[in-house]
Amino acid sequence: MGAQLRVYRQKIKSAQTTKKITRAMELISASRIQKALARVSASTPYSRAITRAVSAVATYSNVEHVLTTEPEKIDRAAIVIFASDRGLAGAFNSQVLRESEELATLLRSQGKDVTYFLIGRRAVGYFTFRKRASERTWIGGTDAPQFETAQEISEALLESFLRDASDGGVDEIHVVYNRYVSMMTQTPEVVRLLPLEVVEGVEEPGENAILPLYEFEPGVEEVLDSLLPVYIESRIFNAMLQSAASKHAATQKAMKSASDNADKLITTYTRLSNNARQAEITQQISEIVGGADALSSAKN
Amino acid sequence: MASALNVSVVSADHEVFSGDATMVIARTTEGEIGILAGHEPMLAILASGQVRVTLVGGEKIVAEAADGFLSVENDTVTIVARKAELV
Repeated sequence: MGAQLRVYRQKIKSAQTTKKITRAMELISASRIQKALARVSASTPYSRAITRAVSAVATYSNVEHVLTTEPEKIDRAAIVIFASDRGLAGAFNSQVLRESEELATLLRSQGKDVTYFLIGRRAVGYFTFRKRASERTWIGGTDAPQFETAQEISEALLESFLRDASDGGVDEIHVVYNRYVSMMTQTPEVVRLLPLEVVEGVEEPGENAILPLYEFEPGVEEVLDSLLPVYIESRIFNAMLQSAASKHAATQKAMKSASDNADKLITTYTRLSNNARQAEITQQISEIVGGADALSSAKN
Repeated sequence: MASALNVSVVSADHEVFSGDATMVIARTTEGEIGILAGHEPMLAILASGQVRVTLVGGEKIVAEAADGFLSVENDTVTIVARKAELV
């Protein structure tokens, strides 16, 4: 076998093996998207109920709360980045990281210090590689987020929000995550988490035009005190679930294009190897013919 | 007689129960509270304990809820808890 032919055969083999792997990964993430989406929709009633409760308090009372009041001067801001633990997901991680870089530049131009909270090994790796500091990191479990992790994250965020900026705390918190739009599209989303702005889900007062007078038990402040942290928790949990679903969708898309690409490579190399084989045969024939010619002309 | 209450009990990762009921009894931090249709809008912090729901048919459902809220508006009762389970 000619050297060229052997090289092509090797390349075909390697493309075939890669294709097997990428195809398997594609199928795995395809089945995981469904599960992740089911979890997103299962947690929707909770976050909807919490959001409605929060907007009820915000609409029907005018109590100032430390989590909703804008600080006079913002010295330090925190960015929470939701990435994934594993790569091979196309632009999934790079787009949140790029988005948060842009946000950081914007915040710095406003004269704010920026600190980071990182979720997912990829984000942590990105930061350690560039030798950049981060406040806290969470690794593992981005594929199937647990509510306990969301609780832990929101506790850490609240703790640092309530601390003074001079003491290492932050005055505002932004989150950057991938929102699941469809199988094909996942858009990076930048949201300011704290101080809170409750805009979504405000119930329009229905046919009875008089606003209902809410009764709070034990009192408005106590209710807010325990409601707002829960609200933040559910926002964080939602971001984690959205990010997980997006990760699976992005992996599926990336692996599909990898498999398609492997197919294309296999076709090209098969053509080339056929060509090489044919060239080899042609060469052998012409060698034989040439040899026979030389022999018969030598006889004469 | 006012119409029935629309009750839903949700926990952080799923909806535990939803349906029509005539009465809901829950335990808030202030004490036990019973809610019938036509109750004024309310938002209360739940103390951990049982939530008892009497369905329209007279059947009773008991759920264990901890760490949550009870909200009432327009005959819709929502019990939101980090952890909630039917007993």
